[in-house]
Amino acid sequence: MITLRSKPAPDESVGAATSHAARLKGVTRVYGSGHGSDRLHALGPIDLELRTGEFFSVVGPSGCGKSTLLDVLAGLNPPSEGRAEFEGRPVKGVPDGVGVVFQEDASFPWLTVEANVAFGLRRAGVDPAEIERRVAYALGFMGLRDFRKAYPAQLSGGMRQRVCIARTLVLQPRLILLDEPFGALDQQTRLIMGEELLRLWRETNATVLLITHSLDEAAMLSDRVGVMSARPGLFIELIETGWPKDRDSRIVADPRFGELTGRIWAKLRVETMKHMQSQGMGPS
Amino acid sequence: MKHRGLASIGIVAGLVAALQAACQAGLVKHSVVLAPSEMAASLWELLRSGAFTHAIWVTLTNVALSAAIAIAAGFAIGVALHSSRFLRRGVEPYLASYYAVPTFIFYPVFIVLLGVGSAPIIAIAVLLAIVAMITATLTGLDRIPGVLTKTAKILRLSPVKQAFLVQLPAAAPYLFTGARLAVAYSFIGVIASEFILSGEGMGYAIAYAYNNFDNRTMYGLMLLIIIVVTVVNAGLGALDRRLQSRLGR
Repeated sequence: MITLRSKPAPDESVGAATSHAARLKGVTRVYGSGHGSDRLHALGPIDLELRTGEFFSVVGPSGCGKSTLLDVLAGLNPPSEGRAEFEGRPVKGVPDGVGVVFQEDASFPWLTVEANVAFGLRRAGVDPAEIERRVAYALGFMGLRDFRKAYPAQLSGGMRQRVCIARTLVLQPRLILLDEPFGALDQQTRLIMGEELLRLWRETNATVLLITHSLDEAAMLSDRVGVMSARPGLFIELIETGWPKDRDSRIVADPRFGELTGRIWAKLRVETMKHMQSQGMGPS
Repeated sequence: MKHRGLASIGIVAGLVAALQAACQAGLVKHSVVLAPSEMAASLWELLRSGAFTHAIWVTLTNVALSAAIAIAAGFAIGVALHSSRFLRRGVEPYLASYYAVPTFIFYPVFIVLLGVGSAPIIAIAVLLAIVAMITATLTGLDRIPGVLTKTAKILRLSPVKQAFLVQLPAAAPYLFTGARLAVAYSFIGVIASEFILSGEGMGYAIAYAYNNFDNRTMYGLMLLIIIVVTVVNAGLGALDRRLQSRLGR
């Protein structure tokens, strides 16, 4: 039976034994050198444990280092200080088992939808019959079956983002990092895509870290929400949502949803004001 | 797009018809300009007689060689400049003002270095065409979306695979535009060099006919060059448009 369930860690004794999928210990990211104006302290020090199989969202004011945090976890950007771990091993380069979906359209415009989704599998040398099975399943799961021969330029923004998600999922990552994947979409499409994301998360059993600007999205989708401070980004609160695993967008009608978003906003408002003041905007 | 194409054809057809009418009405002297119908008849005779087959072959070979060298070397230089900020900072101002220099002034230097024949002509054409390819390569590499490079890293591609499987296809539309310009400049460089400085080729044949008041041959050959350049450019343009539309640009 074909599923998109995450493939097990190569060394089960390491991956499965740890209760956390990834961990950041005292992670700091500073850009530039010296003490001049070119030095930018973007992030940290941050300590965070992502529990295996949880859906974790990160919210914070613009420029607080959310994407830097994701880049550190993905192995795209080494920390200046501290340590990032995935399944108990230090992150050095992009680890096997990590998939990322970015906000920008990252589909390869010169490839068809089908070839885009199969791209990573082909490069990884997966058996062609297995590629065909996994791609067909992912295209069906993401509602792209009828568009498999289309090029990304022929699709809407939401459909292209589905292509990118499908391309990530067929690789069966154990940790999925999403950097504002629905940021460019309208509100209705975002809600629907959010539901699809929950469906995917349940199907794959992967650990998900979502970076978002949307408080509703964070409150609806997550098991936990991490609220970050203005730069340099620190986690000022980790909020447990307490939602059941089989939730969907209807929980927005639950009175606790309003309480949750209110609680997140109360923290975030102060940080957003600080950020605006640092940029010379807003009330002093 | 279709309407624009029809309009372009219509304009050319209108101008040809106007010239034909002007020639037939005696408004234009026969010793100055031939009627388009006579140019076409002359071209047909030239092709049928085979008298200029060698000249055509020489010119097209020189153009193909010039374009190939300009495209390959221009791409290599573009990649090298893109990978070295220091080098790029030093060279870019010269690239920006490159076409202010009349390349043909270097012809004597190339004669001394390469001797007479096709080599200096190809060198001049390469000199004319290469910068278009260098700048197109730089633009193409500059405009590769950062997210595609990040995606290639996330998919754990080696640097070589990143270059061939992601960066090169992403920059392809710009590279193709550069190649198309390089072909056009190669035609200009080769034919202009043959016209003034060579002993063979279509440019030389036109100059020879002109010096001997052989308007019929001159216009026949000119028409042939226009047709060849138009067909090549239209073919490359169609490929270019197809590539651009596939990439949603």
